[in-house]
Amino acid sequence: MRTDLKTNIKAIIARAYVRIVAANREPSWWLTETLLPILSTAAYVYVYKALEAPEEYTGFVILGGTMSAYWIFVLWSMAAQFYWEKEIGNLDLYMIAPISRMSILLGMASGGVFLATTRAVCIFLAGSLIFKVDFSIISFPKLFAVFILTLVGLYGLGMLFSSLFMLYGREAWHGVTLLQEPVHLLSGFFFPVKSLGFAVAFGASLIPLTLGLDAMRQLAFKAGAESGFINVNLEIIALVVLCIFFLVISKYAWDFMEKLAKKEGRLTLRWQ
Amino acid sequence: MNYAVETFDLNRTFKLKKEKRKKNKNNESKVIALENVNVKIHQGELFGILGPNGAGKTTLIKILSTLLLPSSGTALVDGIDVVKYPEEVRKRINMVTGGEQCGYGILNVTETLWMFSQFYGISNRKAKTRIEELLKLLDMEKFAKTRIGKLSTGMKQKLNVMRGFVCDPKIMFLDEPTLGLDVQISRDVRKYVKTWLKEDPERTVLLTTHYMAEADELCDRLAVVDQGKVLVCDSPQNLKRSLTKDAIFHIEVNLILNGMEKFAHIPGVKKFAYEHKNHLGRTLLKFILEDESAISKVTESISDNGSKIVSLTKVEPSLEDVFVALVGRGLKDEN
Repeated sequence: MRTDLKTNIKAIIARAYVRIVAANREPSWWLTETLLPILSTAAYVYVYKALEAPEEYTGFVILGGTMSAYWIFVLWSMAAQFYWEKEIGNLDLYMIAPISRMSILLGMASGGVFLATTRAVCIFLAGSLIFKVDFSIISFPKLFAVFILTLVGLYGLGMLFSSLFMLYGREAWHGVTLLQEPVHLLSGFFFPVKSLGFAVAFGASLIPLTLGLDAMRQLAFKAGAESGFINVNLEIIALVVLCIFFLVISKYAWDFMEKLAKKEGRLTLRWQ
Repeated sequence: MNYAVETFDLNRTFKLKKEKRKKNKNNESKVIALENVNVKIHQGELFGILGPNGAGKTTLIKILSTLLLPSSGTALVDGIDVVKYPEEVRKRINMVTGGEQCGYGILNVTETLWMFSQFYGISNRKAKTRIEELLKLLDMEKFAKTRIGKLSTGMKQKLNVMRGFVCDPKIMFLDEPTLGLDVQISRDVRKYVKTWLKEDPERTVLLTTHYMAEADELCDRLAVVDQGKVLVCDSPQNLKRSLTKDAIFHIEVNLILNGMEKFAHIPGVKKFAYEHKNHLGRTLLKFILEDESAISKVTESISDNGSKIVSLTKVEPSLEDVFVALVGRGLKDEN
């Protein structure tokens, strides 16, 4: 049991190492992951400024842009990563190793947090400085807790998606591509989710980012509560539930998909 | 008796998708990859599985390495059921597949080997020692710090072999490990496999190949498989010995022949196979005859066919001939 735990921790570190090393060995990454993402966020800021929207909206957009870094990462560098792992032959090697598949995913996630955080911090700092965002933090501990819970929930969702990629490969790719833009809308990356109306916002709350962003906006800006969807404490409880739900369901989804893939002979099937 | 691998009536079928079913002559809904496979591989043995492409070799390895479930039957690796306790099996095995890459182009050779060693819980110190040893043994020291994206195909395959051995498994599955490699690298790999096996009597290797020479050189015993069935299982020497009473002739003719079925019906011909040598515009005909006297009828028939004999050689039985004798075609036949 202890040996197994030790092996799994080693696997997490080893898989995370790839991501961290990759970031430092690809100089172009610094440009594409730090400077360029600021541009799309800035575009939304200018839209609000042109419309003479309240000042807080600039902050809302910067926060949304910051968190979008994690969503893009979870979708394309974690879930979809299993498609590539399958194509290049690494998936077989992970599957025959005496480690939990969750360790590989955690390794990817923890290595990826480093990359996504760099992108997020750049958007946050540059955006806040350039557009002079006025933060008014209501509770640091709560804000930090919401941020962590949002990340955990998001990575749980990524783990769930990765099991689909493991089995369906390119078919899952199309499905996730379809998800990218609707999630951008439903999570309220660049506007308060309350604007969607209660029913739609409630449905969108299944995505941890929706509640996470809404709670962060309420906790980071003076007028945040006015445009908030529901009470922050309720959102925190819902986020805890979502985290547990996604982490547990992703484990079951992985076990189920792995068994199905082995039964159907699709685990190592390429170019499907 | 301790068996490293045992299978009992192992079967595996694959369902065909509708579009593939239409292309299938018999409109069958499934393909049989393995049919009642029973093999027993002793601990310490280098056991080979010899067969043409599509014979079921890789399917067997995938089942044994827990990547695929059998349709029915049982497979034990080191006495452990691969379906019931895959986690336990994984602690004892590793696998190297020919023509595959491993790792990420951004990492160098040493880093890649370290990463895979960590998946088996090997301490950093032990991993370092083992990696240095492997780099030396496979003559890869000068590539230790080279990114794998910059390695040649042969070097990548060498790395893949090292990756398999870095965790020092009890049972190693080698699936066509020298596929597409040049002579020197193939030799290095074979040499290393033999050395590794000799170091510890508990180690076992299961090798699949369609290279006769490789099977002949390496294997203590081998199973000849075709269309999912094990046709025979014995040592290469015994398999070849089974043909010593027959006369085996290889005849090269100056044309790319077609419609050669009639050669199989010449009196005295036990089995017949052929191999087209397209680059030379020639065909190599392989005959297993009941006795030497039948050769005159064979040459007569070839002349009647309008082709000219370029060379005629009586050969000692090889594993290829064993395969021809068992299946009635060569490993490289198109038919």
